[in-house]
Amino acid sequence: MNSSHETPPQNRGLTAIAGAMSLIVVLLVVQVWLLSAALESFLAGNRKSAMPAAVVSGLMFLACLALYAFVDRVDSQVRQSTES
Amino acid sequence: MSWLRRDSNQPLWKEEFPVRTADERYVTRRQLTKFLVLTSLGMFVGNLWILFRSLFQKMPSYPSATIAQLDDLPIGQVKLFAYPNAEDHCILIRTTAEEYVAYSQKCTHLSCAVYYSQENNCLECPCHRGFFSVENGKVLEGPPSRPLPRVILEKHGSQLVATGMRA
Repeated sequence: MNSSHETPPQNRGLTAIAGAMSLIVVLLVVQVWLLSAALESFLAGNRKSAMPAAVVSGLMFLACLALYAFVDRVDSQVRQSTES
Repeated sequence: MSWLRRDSNQPLWKEEFPVRTADERYVTRRQLTKFLVLTSLGMFVGNLWILFRSLFQKMPSYPSATIAQLDDLPIGQVKLFAYPNAEDHCILIRTTAEEYVAYSQKCTHLSCAVYYSQENNCLECPCHRGFFSVENGKVLEGPPSRPLPRVILEKHGSQLVATGMRA
């Protein structure tokens, strides 16, 4: 295939970023729900649920961070290919 | 702030404000991803704050306060009082000859004042139609998700004394 018909690097980067972004949005929605449930539980006087909620929320943040690292890597590849 | 950006021949403003539409869309989505990750961090910090409060917040101590004389209140009638502070309004209900219950008057939904409905035998919040059980303060119907905090009562002779609150 001719290289002129290949997907431009920006478009490839855009697809990767869109995929990562959708996963981050899903994780974020779960985190929002987790925060509201933990707050509701705390205000109701139940203190046992705070620890698991914080741990799971932390894991989700780490997953988001890993996805962001992936986006960052794709981003640097796109920049390198556009500059070269 | 050089650690934030990759080595590039282009100036930062050219990278962040591109001329082409495709490039602009790319930059916008990349920035939105950054924003979403920061929001995720915010959610995590919020959960940590709740954990911190759960671990280190001391249980509040409540004073003992006489709130009524036993025979002053007829059956099915209520008395409003403040406990433990002057700003914390509560409602005392005499349900039977021997039984008294008291709850915080603040609705757990949006803090409107609840009142006792004798015909429905429940506590009602008029703002958003929340209904609470008189027996235990639990939510019967409506938007509140938590029961009303209950005032712990003790009978000392002919006096009714509030000794604490239970969420």
